[in-house]
Amino acid sequence: MSVDTEVVWLDEHATISLDELLQVSGLAREELLELVQGGAIPVLETRGASYYFSARVISVARTACRLRDELELDVAGLAVALRLLDRVQSLEAEIAQLRAMLPRV
Amino acid sequence: MKYSDYYAALGVERGASAEQIKKAYRRLAQKYHPDVSKEPEAEARFKEISEAYQTLKDPAKRAAYDDLGTRPQGEEFRPPPDWARQHGAGEGSFSFEDLDFADLFSRFGARGERGTDFGGHAGMPGQDFEVPVEISIEDAFRGTTLELKLQMPEYDASGRVRRVPHTVKARIAPGAVDGQRLRLPGKGGKGFNGGRDGDLYLDISLKPHPLYRATGHDLYVDLPLAPWEAALGASVEVPTPAGAVTLKVPAGTSSGRKLRLAGRGLPRPKGNPGDLFAVAQVVVPDKLSPRERELYEALGKESAFVARRHFAERA
Repeated sequence: MSVDTEVVWLDEHATISLDELLQVSGLAREELLELVQGGAIPVLETRGASYYFSARVISVARTACRLRDELELDVAGLAVALRLLDRVQSLEAEIAQLRAMLPRV
Repeated sequence: MKYSDYYAALGVERGASAEQIKKAYRRLAQKYHPDVSKEPEAEARFKEISEAYQTLKDPAKRAAYDDLGTRPQGEEFRPPPDWARQHGAGEGSFSFEDLDFADLFSRFGARGERGTDFGGHAGMPGQDFEVPVEISIEDAFRGTTLELKLQMPEYDASGRVRRVPHTVKARIAPGAVDGQRLRLPGKGGKGFNGGRDGDLYLDISLKPHPLYRATGHDLYVDLPLAPWEAALGASVEVPTPAGAVTLKVPAGTSSGRKLRLAGRGLPRPKGNPGDLFAVAQVVVPDKLSPRERELYEALGKESAFVARRHFAERA
């Protein structure tokens, strides 16, 4: 058992291509493109006809795949669900920040 | 293995139609799906209903399940010796060792859904796993090595799945914060027949700390001050994850004032570390000695300070 396991940080410092995102998300190309072009999965950069993403979106795309398989949502439903989940996460982060500022004394 | 009552998990009768089973699953999935649900135990509940639906939605799997008979939930049992062969789940000997109830039916799935036998040539990718991991603020600050003990499904040469304990050791560099996700490529379930190994995803969260509250890479700590320290200013020791530092509290500091210690928060893997904010809280003793009381009374008489001036101004 070694400690040299590769650990990839899914943050803004790592960039992935559309094909890599397809491979790790489990979504079909058409589904992913529709979510990207509709803005539910944000693009970091467009080079020619190729899309590149922050590695953060891996968990977003994987969530989309789970919701598709387990709640049987179509792409339009996925787009709405992803936007709402993103809003929920932003609000939860804001609540956590406000709580952190509240004194305990 | 322990018997699972799949009909009870979905809340339907044993004679329910395929449509009734689908409706029941959808209703429960919308309620308990861990990505959208805030119900307590949502994840465990969703796993139950999902496992039940995977079997009951497929007529062949449902027939095999029904042939096991009706048993109390959780009862220890072994399928009859010819059960697997009767339902086309495998030829020859069939070992139920190390199998759990869900694995019993996933065997049918791998065959039916992919249209290939286990001896076929189609590679099957290993399963991805997502694991929540809680670390302390100290570990987030210094970095840590996680030792994760996981039960991973593995296929043997004939495609039979079994749970195998795995230990994955991973070094987490300093700077992981709440909500940070990490990917360990190839550390998920083993692929079968040339399929790639699955990935392991770690969802990091920070344990509550008795002193610090984290938001992103910034930390907040309460800084209790005696009234004279707040009024006159003081040099006080403030704890930080790297050790205590001396903070100069300016004179005239009221409760709620945030004093910033730049770069004393959590490190970022790339870029400047977060800040630590010491939030001033003016505190008074519960009981005063006679001399303290005298001094406070004298101060009250002498002082022109009006603590609630804004009431009159804004009323």
